[in-house]
Amino acid sequence: MSLLDVVGVSKSFGGLMAVSDVSFDVEEGSIVGLIGPNGAGKTTVFNLITGNSVPDSGSIRFQEQELVGKPTHAIVAAGIARTFQTIRLFPRMSVLENVLAGRHCRMKAGVLAAMLRPPRQRREEEAAIARAMAELRFVGLEREYAQLAGGLSYGNQRLLEIARALASDPRLIILDEPAGGMNDAETQALMHLIHAIQKRGITILLIEHDMSLVMRVCHKLVVLEHGICIATGTPAEIQANPRVIEAYLGAEDDHAPY
Amino acid sequence: MNRLLPWGLTLLLAISPVVLDTYWTDVLNNVGLYAVLALSLNVILGLAGLFHMGHAAFYAVGAYTTAILNTVYGIPVLWTMPLAGLLAGLFAALVARPIIHLRGDYLLIVTIGMVEIVRIALINNIFGITGGANGIFGISRPILFEFKLTKPIHFFYLIWAVVGISAVLFRCLEHSRFGRALRYIKEDETAAAGSGIDVAHHKLLAFTIGAVWAGMTGTLFAAKMTIISPESFTFWESVLLFTIVILGGAGNILGVLLGAFLLIGLPELFRDFAQYRLLVFGAAMVAMMIFRGGGLLPPQPPRYPQAKVSLEERP
Amino acid sequence: MEEFIQQLTNGLAVGGIYALVALGYTMVYGVLKLINFAHGDLFTIGAYLGLTVLTALGLKEHLGPVAGIGVLVIFVMGLVAIIGALLERVAYKPLRHAPRLSAVVSALGASIFFQNAVMLVYGARFQVYPHDLLPKVVVNLFGLEIPLLRIALFVSSLVLMAGLYLFIHKTKIGTAIRAAAIDQGAARLMGINVDRVILLVFCIGPALGGAAGLMVGLYYGQINFTMGWVYGLKAFTAAILGGIGNIPGAMLGGLLLGVIEALGAAYLSIAWKDAFAFGVLILILIVRPTGILGERVAEKV
Repeated sequence: MSLLDVVGVSKSFGGLMAVSDVSFDVEEGSIVGLIGPNGAGKTTVFNLITGNSVPDSGSIRFQEQELVGKPTHAIVAAGIARTFQTIRLFPRMSVLENVLAGRHCRMKAGVLAAMLRPPRQRREEEAAIARAMAELRFVGLEREYAQLAGGLSYGNQRLLEIARALASDPRLIILDEPAGGMNDAETQALMHLIHAIQKRGITILLIEHDMSLVMRVCHKLVVLEHGICIATGTPAEIQANPRVIEAYLGAEDDHAPY
Repeated sequence: MNRLLPWGLTLLLAISPVVLDTYWTDVLNNVGLYAVLALSLNVILGLAGLFHMGHAAFYAVGAYTTAILNTVYGIPVLWTMPLAGLLAGLFAALVARPIIHLRGDYLLIVTIGMVEIVRIALINNIFGITGGANGIFGISRPILFEFKLTKPIHFFYLIWAVVGISAVLFRCLEHSRFGRALRYIKEDETAAAGSGIDVAHHKLLAFTIGAVWAGMTGTLFAAKMTIISPESFTFWESVLLFTIVILGGAGNILGVLLGAFLLIGLPELFRDFAQYRLLVFGAAMVAMMIFRGGGLLPPQPPRYPQAKVSLEERP
Repeated sequence: MEEFIQQLTNGLAVGGIYALVALGYTMVYGVLKLINFAHGDLFTIGAYLGLTVLTALGLKEHLGPVAGIGVLVIFVMGLVAIIGALLERVAYKPLRHAPRLSAVVSALGASIFFQNAVMLVYGARFQVYPHDLLPKVVVNLFGLEIPLLRIALFVSSLVLMAGLYLFIHKTKIGTAIRAAAIDQGAARLMGINVDRVILLVFCIGPALGGAAGLMVGLYYGQINFTMGWVYGLKAFTAAILGGIGNIPGAMLGGLLLGVIEALGAAYLSIAWKDAFAFGVLILILIVRPTGILGERVAEKV
């Protein structure tokens, strides 16, 4: 059963077609990669799914529920969490508080509860902190919990973004270039982390330029070029697809497969 | 030493009206009123990072609510406090809704426009109930448990009790799901929304809570003055509050209290140089931003002892 | 009908003043994304300096009314430009990389400083411009009697605006200003000295604002140290109305606001005159935050 259905989605910015009639689906429990040369419209597709921008036409359904028109926070509450290509943490807040941000939509305490602190609010707060710490442990940042997020290394900031996303109990997690700026060892660890996320029953959709990672991790690939979906299939199928090879040979070296 | 300092200062403050004359007690009362107002503005400006320079408008709504209810309907002053807060909050929610999405500077300028419109409306005797430029006089003295508050020393304890309660409640607010949400929004709205936080809703709530408090402070002000007029709610008041929060330390309750003392209390010490006061004040604002942009006491990241426990349980 | 034309021309004359002040806001906002709160006070300083120069140098006696006022305008613009440049160097340049809020507060502080400096130097009471400075001539225009001063005011503001427009669009420095407004980083890469552009903007804007202050003194005959706030806020409204950062927008916005205010005061209610501008401001920000001529810039995620 597919968890996410993107159907005929288009988006243009000031007359420039960023994404044109793109359709694909994401099976529950799978790892899907969205690849393509720079400027192909990958991040735009992510922004459309997460409500950061609204498609001109088309439909995006998540668990049979239409997402188009919903605000970002409601989409997170529905079960889609994301990370950003250009890391967007809260740099002057602690690592723990960054993760608690993801927990926010699963908590209930309002203004009155915050001021008067009934036991219910305290229990909720404690559970949230425990959960946030568990997510930090999951990505390996537990010991850094009290540091400011802005002081973490680049690779650790990416991991923290993942922890924050996981804290919101997502069914689907969207990772925008998770290996960007990571060294080989960190990328290796990230690969294990992605598998571990999948083992938790969370579906993964990712954009990544590191082709060795994409080919090894993903079950299915969606290839975009100039805003158009030119191929979908397993990594093996995509590697053999002449159109994809052509698209990539036309692009710069660092985007070539292998 | 460090632990005793706040208690010592609190004690000093508590006995000060006994020692001081009425003039200085009244100065402290003003410091207290501005402290509560600044604490309420701190929720909007310090925590949520919204450039709100029209706080005097909410204060005015509260003060006029009290004045009208008391002088026209004879309702005891302190009983009007909840309604003053409620109306100010309602007003804020209505006014803020269409402008809440505006970016920093735009919001700043709109809130300035709002406070000016409110003042002009008050001068023009809107709905025929605000008494025009002369305002409303003859507000009766508040009665607390059958004790009539008349002297500055009486108001001192009322006002500073409210300061204390407010500080504690806002401290709790800051360290909660709600307070965190506001701080996420201040740091990065897009990231906050992407983490699942309803940005517009929380901004609106911040405005409303700040306004409720400012409205209730309006009651205290009306009770203390027994006469209110549009002159008390000018744009200048809003700037002063804004400055207290920023110079004291936006997002830090102790900083805001310190700011209230420095900006309201300190100038009284230099009354002989009254005419140079504002000149120095302006220059100090510039210098402060250049040399200590975070304010005198910048906010400290909150600690989470529970997290430490959780870490130590698993070596 | 006659009443309408009178109000319209009055509105245009005042609108010209708003437009000149608005240009200072919009140019600074264009390059620095900062509301220069002290700009209104530079306008006030222009009005006061004008009075001082006028009486101290006896310009009218030596040069006659027209040449005298011409020299006066140049004097005032030059002096206020210097103050503007000093303001930039002292209060804003050190905060170039600080959070926005710091610059806003610094601007407010500078405004309070200027306002009180003017008060300490000149006193808190209204100051009066010599009323016999310009002949009280009334021009008969299509059967309507319109004061010459009003026309002169409107024409001078148009001349200044046209001068600025040509400067911005036809000169190399003007192009540098426009480039810095679009993208400071890129402008720097192209070899533009952005710091100098900013300094220049802080000379041109205040110069125009100072000229506007002088005009208010000449038109209304009296000035006060607090007038910068109201004119400043209204001019800022005009800048937003036209589209902040947009130079023709500020001109259009200023004239439009002057007319709206004059007609509103005449036909709706004079007591609410000052509220119209703010009402317009709030309305425009809700309905079309980019103003009439502004463009929407989407935030990159």
